[in-house]
Amino acid sequence: MTPTLQIFLIVSGALFSIGLLAALSRRHAIFILIGIEMMLAAANLNFIAFWRFGPQHQPPTGVMIAIFSIAIAAAEAAVGLAMVIAVYRHYHTTNVDQLDQLRG
Amino acid sequence: MSSWIVTNLWLIPALPFAASLVILSLSNVRRKSAAALAVIGQLLALAFSILAFLPTLQTHGFRVVQNFNWFTFGEQTLRLGFILDPLAAAMLMMIALVGLCIFVFSVGYMAEDRNFVRFFAYLSFFSGAMLGLVIANSLVLLFIFWELVGLASYLLIGFWIERPSAAAAAKKAFVTTRIGDMGFFLGMLWLYNRSGTLLFYDGGNGCLESAGLAMLGASPAVAGFIALLIFCGAAGKSGQFPLHVWLPDAMEGPTPVSALIHAATMVAAGVFLVARVYPLFSLGAINGVTPSLTVVVWIGVTTALMAALIAVAQADIKRILAYSTVSQLGLMMVSLGVGGVAAGIMHLLAHGFFKALLFLGSGSVIHGCHGEHDIRKMGGLRRPMPVTFVTYAIGMMALSGVPFFFSGGWTKEEILHATAHWPRSHATYYLMLAGVVLTALYMTRQIIYVFFGNSRSASERVHESPRVMTTPLIVLAICAIFFSVLLTPAWPWLHTYLTGESAQFELVRLIQPMFFVSLVLVGAGIGFGIWMYRNAGAPERNRPAEIDPLEYAQPALFRFLANKMWIDELYNRTVVAFSWMAAHLSDWMDRYFWDGLVRGFGAIGQLFAIFTTSVDERGINAGVDETTAGARSLGRVMSTAHSGQIQTYLGVVAIGMLALLLLYAWLA
Amino acid sequence: MVGLITAIIFVPLLGALAVCTWPQKNGRPIALMFNVISAACALGLWWKFDTAATELQFVERHEWIPAINAEYLVGVDGLSLLLVLLTSLIIPFAFLARPLPGGRGFYATMLVMQSALYGTFTAQNFVLWFLFYEMSLIPAFLLIKIWGGENRDRAATKFFLYTFFGSVGMLLSFLGIYFAKGTFDFTTLASLGKHGLLTGRLAWLAFAGIFVGLAVKVPLFPFHTWLPDAYQTAPTGVSMVLTGVLSKMGVYGFVRLLIPLFPNQIKIVGPWLLVLAVCSIVFAPLAAWAQRDLKRMVAYLSINHLGYCMLGLFAVAASPVVAAEIDMHAALSGVFMQIFNHGITAAALFYFVGLLEQRSGSRRSVDDFGGLMQRTPLLCGWMSVAMFSSLGLPGLNGFIGEFLIFKGSFAVAAAFTAIAVIGLLITAIVFARAMQSLFSGPLAESCSAFPDLLRKEKLVVVPVTLLMFVIGIAPQFMFNIFNTTVVQMSRLLS
Repeated sequence: MTPTLQIFLIVSGALFSIGLLAALSRRHAIFILIGIEMMLAAANLNFIAFWRFGPQHQPPTGVMIAIFSIAIAAAEAAVGLAMVIAVYRHYHTTNVDQLDQLRG
Repeated sequence: MSSWIVTNLWLIPALPFAASLVILSLSNVRRKSAAALAVIGQLLALAFSILAFLPTLQTHGFRVVQNFNWFTFGEQTLRLGFILDPLAAAMLMMIALVGLCIFVFSVGYMAEDRNFVRFFAYLSFFSGAMLGLVIANSLVLLFIFWELVGLASYLLIGFWIERPSAAAAAKKAFVTTRIGDMGFFLGMLWLYNRSGTLLFYDGGNGCLESAGLAMLGASPAVAGFIALLIFCGAAGKSGQFPLHVWLPDAMEGPTPVSALIHAATMVAAGVFLVARVYPLFSLGAINGVTPSLTVVVWIGVTTALMAALIAVAQADIKRILAYSTVSQLGLMMVSLGVGGVAAGIMHLLAHGFFKALLFLGSGSVIHGCHGEHDIRKMGGLRRPMPVTFVTYAIGMMALSGVPFFFSGGWTKEEILHATAHWPRSHATYYLMLAGVVLTALYMTRQIIYVFFGNSRSASERVHESPRVMTTPLIVLAICAIFFSVLLTPAWPWLHTYLTGESAQFELVRLIQPMFFVSLVLVGAGIGFGIWMYRNAGAPERNRPAEIDPLEYAQPALFRFLANKMWIDELYNRTVVAFSWMAAHLSDWMDRYFWDGLVRGFGAIGQLFAIFTTSVDERGINAGVDETTAGARSLGRVMSTAHSGQIQTYLGVVAIGMLALLLLYAWLA
Repeated sequence: MVGLITAIIFVPLLGALAVCTWPQKNGRPIALMFNVISAACALGLWWKFDTAATELQFVERHEWIPAINAEYLVGVDGLSLLLVLLTSLIIPFAFLARPLPGGRGFYATMLVMQSALYGTFTAQNFVLWFLFYEMSLIPAFLLIKIWGGENRDRAATKFFLYTFFGSVGMLLSFLGIYFAKGTFDFTTLASLGKHGLLTGRLAWLAFAGIFVGLAVKVPLFPFHTWLPDAYQTAPTGVSMVLTGVLSKMGVYGFVRLLIPLFPNQIKIVGPWLLVLAVCSIVFAPLAAWAQRDLKRMVAYLSINHLGYCMLGLFAVAASPVVAAEIDMHAALSGVFMQIFNHGITAAALFYFVGLLEQRSGSRRSVDDFGGLMQRTPLLCGWMSVAMFSSLGLPGLNGFIGEFLIFKGSFAVAAAFTAIAVIGLLITAIVFARAMQSLFSGPLAESCSAFPDLLRKEKLVVVPVTLLMFVIGIAPQFMFNIFNTTVVQMSRLLS
């Protein structure tokens, strides 16, 4: 079985869906962050897949973007975790149901 | 020297005015300086009057005027002026001389008064105004001095300010004369309007000269009305019926004031005024009769008789003299009205002397009797007060018209003469004769009550007045006698002086039939008086001592006269009450009607405000309110979606994306 | 370079600022100082004034609001100068009145009013004039409302609403004129007025608006009912200014605006206007007779005296026949004299009532006094002079104006004048009665401790009274101020 674009897209779609589900349904902030990371991973997979199955002999743009994206995701994860810790210190909880300060 | 004063006539009134000003600035204790200043001012005025009098003797019909601009308004000028003619000169002499006597008398009479200084200030002020009045050559200048003498009279009547009766009398005098003055004022305006000038004599252009009279003569009725309006002022000042009521009340003032102002000078100003503007009265006269002069005659007759009647029944020594003054002024008015201008003025001058004498005499009596005014309480004063008695008797005979030696007799004769020749009616003549009898009667009654009989309650421990008071009496008595020399028909010097002719001496004119008529009547009056009052003040048959013999004989008539014919009461019930009502009515109108109207407008405004408020609230505002309420409730519903749960938001985003994807798929 | 008139207008405003920032509580010395400065400017104006010139003098013209032709345009003629002098005289006189309301605010407010008065009398452009006219209203309202006596709220509101109502009508009328003619300049409007500014109903509406506005201010019967309340309640100094100067704004308005702008309309309703003037003259003193409160009495007599002004003006302006030159000059001169004379006399009367009020502990009913002549002869003497001046005694200032007014109006409206003479009589009765109950009779218990005129009071009373005498005896210097204006105006009218 030769790998085709469809297979990659199906995998990345599944990964994205799982990530989304995690971000929406988990109540713990860190799990939500993990969900977000999964969605980002799905996006990276898409970039590389579209590059690999795109026209031949072109510069490796997809890989470059994926690497950028991973770096940003890392930074984002660091900020996110820091915020989670700050929230925890302040509210003594990481349960997002109780964090409704954004309500007007 | 004399021509100098003719061109500087203003000095004559200015001197007493200046004295008055200086005295006013003195403190209350400088009594001697005040008296000295006043007397010196008056003395100088007399000297200047004599100087001014001299040149008028030289030519017949002497007349010098001095006109000057008072002020320029717009492009017009109001001119005033002073005049020196026989009328003015004679008046000046009389006023200055009588005034001086009274000033001197006052020094004694007012010696114990607290406000001695103020009294002399007022007196000098009056003298200045009165002297100015007679030399005014402009109706407006005359009016100015006229009002100033009125002011002086007001101040002096109310001089004893702590007495409510004096204050009331002063107010009455001021207001009553001002009623007349308003007529005068209107007449002056009308005259100014018609003739374009208020100068009497202005080199042919004055309102009393041919040019002015020609302008007025175009409508004699108007000239008559103007004359009558001016006469209103004269009637007010000279106490003519129906404006005479203030004069008897004016006796509340100190006696020298009564003598100077309310007997000799100011009250005669009305007569003087009529004489001064006589050409207006006689304009268009037929046979010496004009409607305006006829009015003057009848007012004069009414006044003369009414006042003489009232005088018969008065008990206050000064009131008797006051009514006598009113009566004599009526007589002068009659004389002017019937055409005897010179006779009227002669009587005025003579009256000035003898009435001042009588008033000062009464002042001496009152002074001697410690302030008593009631003649029924006096009696027998001829022994303790010989000088006063003799001089008083001279004055009384002059007033009654006893002939030959007393000035009043001759002047009254002249007036009767003029009256007898009045073509309009003979009734006036007979009424005047009745007046002669009455005058002799009330004077006899008074002199018997005061000087004869036994002394009664007020006349015990009476002393003669000091020299400072008796000397003026003597001077005036001499004047009253010697003045008659100038008046006799045999040598009618004063008459011709006033009319601008030359006097001829003719002894035969002394004997005239009419003369005997009045001789008999005066005799009858005095005789009846002596017979009636021979036992006055003493009980007689059924009559108690304090009842007047006339009252005993005719109680109803006497009460009618004693109460001054109830004229005061009539005025109080009608004119005074009416104007007082009008005052309250206009106050009421203001507070309730006009202000009510305004408040009504205010209320309409308020109603309108209420109306617009309700339109606002129920109409316009209602829609806005509904919309706002809707928006608010919608917002409330929507805000529930805003839970603050990030996951919910994310879910919504996801659903939205899904929906977009599906939409895209469906469209593609 | 600031013109003299501008200086006169703005010195009191500066004074108001200075009084507000003055550290001491008593603002009177500084207020008086600024009064002296503005009075000196006014005297300078008089000194340099050319009595023979026929046009406006000391004109200052600056652009202000070009869009509506509103300019800062000030200048004086004889009438304006007369009123400026009167204002300069009355305001310091009012500052010296008693009883004194305390506080700096009072003086500052008065100074603002003074500035507005100067502006009103010198402005020659309607917008500017109206600004000043209204600017005087607000201080007057505040002065009554804050420093007034009993019933001050009611009186102040009444005063404000009355005059404001009049002002609104006037403003609307002028807008109408502006839309028709495109100018607010008095001189231009007056020259246009001869041929009729507006036509038809609009003209009548504009006339009525201006008439009511001015009639309220004067006040003319029956628009006068605010006056007794306001004058009675206001503190003495304010009453003096209200009657002495503020009421003259109305008369000034009649002379400057209504008569030149609406000669035809005023001729048509002339007899009715004369009726109103005569009603003012007769009913006001009658009402004064019935008053017990001295201030209210003087207030009513003010209506009467201004009625004479109105009589003279209406007689020459409103008579169907063209008056002869002499009558025209007499009436107008009389009106101008009366404006000035009434200003000082009525102010003096209020001043004296204030002195009595202060001595009696703020009682001022006729019944509260009696026999004062025995206790305070000087006070009574000088007060009588003011009273006699007010009733038109010859030799004092009141007579000259009244004589000329009557002389002028008699020729054209004899019947009205004859009735108006009753007013003179009733005024005399009112004063005779007042003098009787105040000065004579036994000394009232309550007055037995009154001090006589104090030295500082004499310093105020004597110059004012002397002025009355001087004007009464040798008035030529007053006539010189406005003779040319009189001639000009009568040319305009005939």
